[in-house]
Amino acid sequence: MDIKLKIWRQSGPKQAGFYEDHRVVADPHMSFLEMLDVLNEQLLEAGKDAVAFDHDCREGICGACSMVINGNPHGPRAGTTACQLHMREYHDGDEIVIEPWRAAAFPIIKDLVVDRSAFDRIQHAGGYVSVGTGSAPDANTIPIGKRESDEAFDYAACIGCGACVAACPNASAMLFVSSKVAHLSLLPQGKVERKVRVRKMVAAMDAEGFGGCTNHGECSAACPKSISVDAIALLNREYMFAGLARD
Amino acid sequence: MKLDAKIPSGPVQDKWDKARFELKLVNPANKRHHKVIIVGSGLAGASAAATLAELGYDVECFCFQDSPRRAHSIAAQGGINAAKNYQNDGDSVYRLFYDTVKGGDYRSREANVYRLAQVSVNIIDQCVAQGVPFAREYGGVLANRSFGGAQVSRTFYARGQTGQQLLLGAYSALNRQIAHGKVKMHPRTEMLDLVVVDGHARGIITRDLITGEIRPWAADAVLLATGGYGNVFYLSTNAKNCNVTATYRAYKRGAGFANPCFTQIHPTCIPVSGDYQSKLTLMSESLRNDGRVWVPRNKADLNKAPKDIPPEDRYYYLEERYPSFGNLVPRDVASRAAKKVCDDGFGVSKTGEAVYLDFATAIERDGKPAIEDRYGNLFEMYERISGENPYKTPMRIYPAVHYTMGGLWVDYNLMSNVPGLHVLGEANFSDHGANRLGASALMQGLADGYFVIPYTLGNYIATEYTGEVSTKHPAFARAEAEVRERQRKLLEIGSKSGSSRKSVDYFHRKLGKIMWEYCGMARNAAGLQKALTQIPELREQFWKQAYVPGGADELNPWLEKAGRVADFLEFSELMCHDALYRDESCGGHFREEHQTEEGEAVRRDDEFAHGAIWEYAGVGTPPTLHKEPLEFENVKLTTRSYK
Ligand SMILES: Cc1cc2nc3c(=O)[nH]c(=O)nc-3n(C[C@H](O)[C@H](O)[C@H](O)COP(=O)(O)OP(=O)(O)OC[C@H]3O[C@@H](n4cnc5c(N)ncnc54)[C@H](O)[C@@H]3O)c2cc1C
Ligand code: SF4
Ligand code: FES
Repeated sequence: MDIKLKIWRQSGPKQAGFYEDHRVVADPHMSFLEMLDVLNEQLLEAGKDAVAFDHDCREGICGACSMVINGNPHGPRAGTTACQLHMREYHDGDEIVIEPWRAAAFPIIKDLVVDRSAFDRIQHAGGYVSVGTGSAPDANTIPIGKRESDEAFDYAACIGCGACVAACPNASAMLFVSSKVAHLSLLPQGKVERKVRVRKMVAAMDAEGFGGCTNHGECSAACPKSISVDAIALLNREYMFAGLARD
Repeated sequence: MKLDAKIPSGPVQDKWDKARFELKLVNPANKRHHKVIIVGSGLAGASAAATLAELGYDVECFCFQDSPRRAHSIAAQGGINAAKNYQNDGDSVYRLFYDTVKGGDYRSREANVYRLAQVSVNIIDQCVAQGVPFAREYGGVLANRSFGGAQVSRTFYARGQTGQQLLLGAYSALNRQIAHGKVKMHPRTEMLDLVVVDGHARGIITRDLITGEIRPWAADAVLLATGGYGNVFYLSTNAKNCNVTATYRAYKRGAGFANPCFTQIHPTCIPVSGDYQSKLTLMSESLRNDGRVWVPRNKADLNKAPKDIPPEDRYYYLEERYPSFGNLVPRDVASRAAKKVCDDGFGVSKTGEAVYLDFATAIERDGKPAIEDRYGNLFEMYERISGENPYKTPMRIYPAVHYTMGGLWVDYNLMSNVPGLHVLGEANFSDHGANRLGASALMQGLADGYFVIPYTLGNYIATEYTGEVSTKHPAFARAEAEVRERQRKLLEIGSKSGSSRKSVDYFHRKLGKIMWEYCGMARNAAGLQKALTQIPELREQFWKQAYVPGGADELNPWLEKAGRVADFLEFSELMCHDALYRDESCGGHFREEHQTEEGEAVRRDDEFAHGAIWEYAGVGTPPTLHKEPLEFENVKLTTRSYK
């Protein structure tokens, strides 16, 4: 299949970016990133600079890949990262526009590569249980109901990709932060520090320059792990509770 | 090269206790004056960084991804072993130890493996306390399953993403120390050389992958937790950026590389679909608990849809050949069996390299919801990649390179022969012998980081530390100059190669083909000799034709890749030398010259019950061999039989 590509090129954080047109012959069994590999191979063999994009696991779990495909972060398929997308979603002659995540808190480094270190800093602020190595009780000491544990898991499945931010008209990081808060505050091990955690993480999120949440719900629709917006409601409850109660 | 394994004396059950008592401690107030460099933030690196920082050391941690959470460990699916015996099904520390030594085909060190089994129980406690959401039963206790090659249920799991959940746990512990200022984290920073001062590892040279800045770092000890080198085959289940650079550069600085040819080929991966293939996707081994592996009995049926082939015309070759373990035989055995039926012409895909993994029996027995609960996300992943629905038609699978048991040689204290250089996780060679059992790599990475290195590092610092060294020492300037020169050369090839230029991937793919053909699932002397002539030729072409665009002072993924592939082009020769030297079949290393009439591996314990440790002698010069004899005081060497 013959595919037309319009790809965002930007040589550095301060340089102006632009769209560049390319054509590539793809096989329907290829992954989307393999299609980009083929393009890059063509560019390199022609002695040109290839398109930089983040990727690593190529199986939808590391959260590295990050590109907006025809307006959708990670492309058209629900619950799917860009690296898991396959060319069988497309037809001969299709035009595909590829851009980086766009958000003030995720500055562009080069082409499709952005700086997501803000996510790490939010987690430094409190995304953990304060337990040192060696001081844990036997793992079966505290039973946790399967339902509770499964619910916490649904939020723990976040891969930290940032698609939620890229999808949000306000570039809000609420879905990411709330999934982290929800995962820990639903488990007995995380409950002890829940108030401090939510306050610190929300403060860190605000300090990074992410926008506010105005309930568009685009985040959850774009999320490759289909994290539910219920996480945001849970965060809001936790936050209120943390504000009202005294430590 | 001096190799002293420093195994404590006494019964195997008491060795670790004895060691912990005898290992010297560092005064708590002094720990903060000792800087430790940790390269790698996967399970091994992140757990070590967090734990050493908790103890008070001053830690600098490096990884090449943009966040430590993205280390390759994140991709592990199936689970982590621990001898908790929560299922009361006969497990014990001793049994996990025994299974691991046997599973490794008697090519690992008993003392290390016993310690691994001992601390396995603490790992689960630690992870649960961090908030790792392991699978649970309705009553609220932890669930277990049995996993490739084990007859007890000792594997803890978190849906199909155990690696992500464990790594998020270790990453959260790391974050806590970063927040406390005890760990300085350097993401997107690649180690390009090790600095050795007066025989001790005292620092590294790194490149900042965003700015291109090359700089030296000095420390009192260096820990490498840089993962495995499966990507030498180009196609593997490893993340795309996994590479051998850190351990290979340490090897070039004098560290012994042990058993480099020991590679694990995983039996259940999605088969190759075309030349553009960039990586292979693992389908978790846990699928073999419920999936049945087969191919058609008659070649005439190869073009039929699987549902049209009646049961009596299906060859369930694992169940038939290995009645007591059936579909659960260890990985190496399952992989070779798949290769054999495909080599015999029974493969079930266009390429002839695929077998069926069928869930129909399990769906009928347990119902679709139960199967969905167990494997839902894996089935989805399979469908996304292959376009086929495994609830309706069997999966197609084929073996792929997955894990490397070989690695830098370490003693019982996880220290290499270069004092101060410690090696953790998949990067070392210590615990899995010639074949790793499923769910044991996560266990080993976390054992090394949480529970071994915190004791053993202190001993090095207390007894062998030679005083402060700064980056002003000439050894740093020398190493830095070499790194710069190499980078300059890589960037220069493109400007000279003109229209003969090729991408770096072109060479990597070619290397992968050579390695898969001659140093893959089955090896023989003639093939390995051939590889040993082809690799240097390819390497020469690479240095003439590889095209690297862009400059040194910017984000340049092609330059990064070129450096890594250049190392693979040297390292692959070392693997072939080792595979050629090891004139026996053991675990994942199958030398065709040594097999029974039925095609089972034949070990040669009289001559090869040792680790083969190689010392660098120059590019293109055969390395020098050293041996560490393996003594088995507890486990009796038998022919592994899964019949
Ligand atoms: C698909 C898949 C599934 C798996 N499933 C399981 C499973 O179910 N159970 C199990 O036990 N095992 C499993 N394994 C194996 C297991 O995941 C790995 O062996 C293990 O995670 C390795 O951990 P590590 O900490 O040693 O290294 P890694 O997680 O590979 O981390 C390496 C780290 O080193 C850094 N690094 C490397 N080189 C450099 C350098 N030069 N400079 C700076 N940083 C560097 C990287 O950035 C990274 O942070 C699986 C493996 C794969 C591929
Ligand atoms: S919430 Fe979803 S979209 Fe946002 S970072 Fe996590 S996985 Fe990505
Ligand atoms: S490359 Fe890892 S999630 Fe896409």
